[in-house]
Amino acid sequence: MGLITTGERTIVRAPEPTGSTQDSWVTSRLDFLVNWARSSSMWPMPFGTACCAIEFMATAASRYDLARFGMERLSFSPRQADVLICAGRVPYKLAPVLRRIYQQMPQPKWVISMGACASSGGMFDNYAVVQGIDTIIPVDVYVPGCPPRPEALMYAILMLHKKVQTERLRDGARHTEIEPDPQSHLYIPPSRIDELSEPFGNSVHQTRSAP
Amino acid sequence: MTRPLPSYPSTRPGSAREAAGEPAPITPHHVAHRGGAENPSVAALRERFGAAIVRAHVMWGETTVIVAADAIHDVIAFLRDEPAHAYNYLVDVTAVEYRDAEQPMELVWHLRSLPWQRFLRLKVEIPKGEPLVAPSITDLYASADWLERECFDMFGVTFTGHPDLRRILMWDTYREGHPLRKDFPLRGRFSRSEQLTQALSIDTVGRYSMTELTIAEAFDDLPADMRERLAERRAAELARSMRTLDAGDDA
Amino acid sequence: MSRRTIEMAVGTSGVDQFGRPMRAPLAVRGNGALVLEAPPEPELEGDHMLINIGPQHPATHGVLRLVLELDGETVVRCVPHIGYLHCGFEKIGEYRQYNQIIPWTDREDYLNSIGNNVAFVLGCERLFGIQITPRCTVLRVIAMEMSRIMSHLVWMGTTCIDIGAFTPFLWLYQERENLYNLLEGWVGARLTTSATRVGGMAAEVPDGWMDGLKAFIRGFPKTLDEADRMLARNGIWMGRTVGIGALSADEAINYGLSGAMLRASGVAYDVRKDVPYLDYETYDFDVPVGTQGDVYDRYLVRVEEMRQSIRILEQAVQRLPDGPLNVDDPRVILPPKTRATSQMESMIHHFKLVMEGPRPPIGEVYVPVESPKGEKGYYLVSDGTSKPVRWRIRPPAFVNLSAIPRMVEGHLLSDVIAINASIDIVMGEIDR
Repeated sequence: MGLITTGERTIVRAPEPTGSTQDSWVTSRLDFLVNWARSSSMWPMPFGTACCAIEFMATAASRYDLARFGMERLSFSPRQADVLICAGRVPYKLAPVLRRIYQQMPQPKWVISMGACASSGGMFDNYAVVQGIDTIIPVDVYVPGCPPRPEALMYAILMLHKKVQTERLRDGARHTEIEPDPQSHLYIPPSRIDELSEPFGNSVHQTRSAP
Repeated sequence: MTRPLPSYPSTRPGSAREAAGEPAPITPHHVAHRGGAENPSVAALRERFGAAIVRAHVMWGETTVIVAADAIHDVIAFLRDEPAHAYNYLVDVTAVEYRDAEQPMELVWHLRSLPWQRFLRLKVEIPKGEPLVAPSITDLYASADWLERECFDMFGVTFTGHPDLRRILMWDTYREGHPLRKDFPLRGRFSRSEQLTQALSIDTVGRYSMTELTIAEAFDDLPADMRERLAERRAAELARSMRTLDAGDDA
Repeated sequence: MSRRTIEMAVGTSGVDQFGRPMRAPLAVRGNGALVLEAPPEPELEGDHMLINIGPQHPATHGVLRLVLELDGETVVRCVPHIGYLHCGFEKIGEYRQYNQIIPWTDREDYLNSIGNNVAFVLGCERLFGIQITPRCTVLRVIAMEMSRIMSHLVWMGTTCIDIGAFTPFLWLYQERENLYNLLEGWVGARLTTSATRVGGMAAEVPDGWMDGLKAFIRGFPKTLDEADRMLARNGIWMGRTVGIGALSADEAINYGLSGAMLRASGVAYDVRKDVPYLDYETYDFDVPVGTQGDVYDRYLVRVEEMRQSIRILEQAVQRLPDGPLNVDDPRVILPPKTRATSQMESMIHHFKLVMEGPRPPIGEVYVPVESPKGEKGYYLVSDGTSKPVRWRIRPPAFVNLSAIPRMVEGHLLSDVIAINASIDIVMGEIDR
């Protein structure tokens, strides 16, 4: 993936807090209450495309039982979902669909990128597959694995819960809608996308067709 | 347009072979690279079509017949309708392009005869540089519809007579070419950001394209405002795809 | 020509003057009883409606998109859109050696990964002219039948959910987890197995593994019968499936259907019987055939197929011979590690096999197998180099799905879901 050496930064950045930086007892208690409620009953929206979706089904089924984390209520409508679990590879033809589903989800919303393909394109370094869904939508937790085991997905979910529990209501910028560039439809600079999508590791050498 | 289905004594798998007293098929062991028993249909094809059958060979136990391009439809129709051959099952339609620039491109049809339990590969060779055109066999096999569309999408082969020949796997306004051609780079022609830009500009809100509506005939019945909206959307789509094409050329 | 509307009106039936949703008014009938009086339906006569299902819809089993033209609730026309999971398998295969392609076969029909591994290397071995060992043959039969059961279990569970029964899904997934455990013990992965190599298998089964398989063979039919009892004579299930999406035998053949789809229509075409491989002709098993070709028959055929797979597994466990697993052919199989580090020749061998890969002679093969979805074949073309010129997957689900416009026409919108589930589609294989 390479080191990021350009001066360009992502647009998603929390602005400086205004006014007092000190939390009062009331707001911190309120934060705790809100975060506890949010993290204890997250409704996942499974955006399952390929193999990872089968492991997601295994996670939700009898042995691994996602209900233990208050997440058994799968929300197949993005309008009522809190966390988008993108399970599987995302080809370019699916990219506008994923972007639209993300935009249809109400704030606050989080994204888990499940599996190598969703996180980086994985083994599909070719003309058809998006090299990481973070070039389309912001991602909170990446789950490695091809496909990740159900335990790995649960670990990611618990990590997300932890992340939610540390959020503060004052940081409103965390949950503002991304606004892609109207011309290019991208929300991070094109040069950054090209850099992130460069072949790495073994796949650099595997572009020769023969012998 | 679609031809009526052929009538055989029975389409039950193996029925014709049993009636002819041939032994049941078994797992092949130690198959020879070249040579071996030729598919009996080849002799009948030679007799019927003469010079249109360019050549035939047996490799790894499978018979391949190379057919002249203009005869392929008649050959397949003959093989399907004649009860003595009864190739009623179309397995696959695809194409092969070799790395060697001299070698012609091949269009491949895989046919199977359920009553006779036989398999036959038909090929048409198209020399490099000539237009990739072949007759469609959608009037013979309903399964040819999508298989030919895929071949068109991936290789750019035009099947004349196909009722609805358009891209099937890539989207309609895909501008990079036909991915399985050998001159198509593995990672596509455009940069990753350009590919993403093009993909994200696919209109997901305009849910129904004109093709789906087939509303060529019903177009005049649509309310006037809807007609305007459709025309506008279409023009915008076209303009955008032209723009992206230009941008892609620059990149 | 009737007028067609192109967007479905979504919303409540109406709001009152305060903006609250209206309820159906109660009316008093002549005998004094209160009855619910439905509000008058909007005039829709003659209008056709287009609705869109997918590409992100729980009942499309992935990312299929269907555009349906409805007359009332009856489907007039259906336009499927695929390609939302097109990942360029066939292109990338031209850039990989034969053994390197095996991980791609896992991810193409991911419900049946180990079966695809076997199918692909069967094609490669024909292309290389290799004869595999008897032990390997039987182990591959075990792998294929396990994988058939695994795939059918997911099909059955998800179809239950689509049609409205949730419990069988949980029971069946429990059995699938047992198979996952077996696979994990054998090759170390649950789903993406990459279990085979050209000329053999990646690993020998560990000690005691066969006992686990025997336990599964004993226990599984009980669960299957239980789930089958829940469904086969269930009034709701039969009401949703009997007579839905029927295709005649001639039509099914003409549409190129294969697998349970074709057999439900009454054509006993099974690649294991008609184009045998892996010595399937020596196993004793039946090919279940339906009579009506509807969704219910497809269900019955698939359930019976699982029982037959258990029969094959029983026979395979009994006849599993001892002996070497991999062929003794230095063209394709790596030398043992001890020899590779101690002998010059073996080391060169190892190096050449890893760096250049095995090279088949010039030629082409098409080797079909009976995958859970139908006739799946790999068409391999070699020009003598270590990478194939063309790696073509004959996708059974792709061809089966192409008949969906014919199957759904004239049925109700809710039947589209049942018909789509009965095809047993896997988008990874359809779009490749």
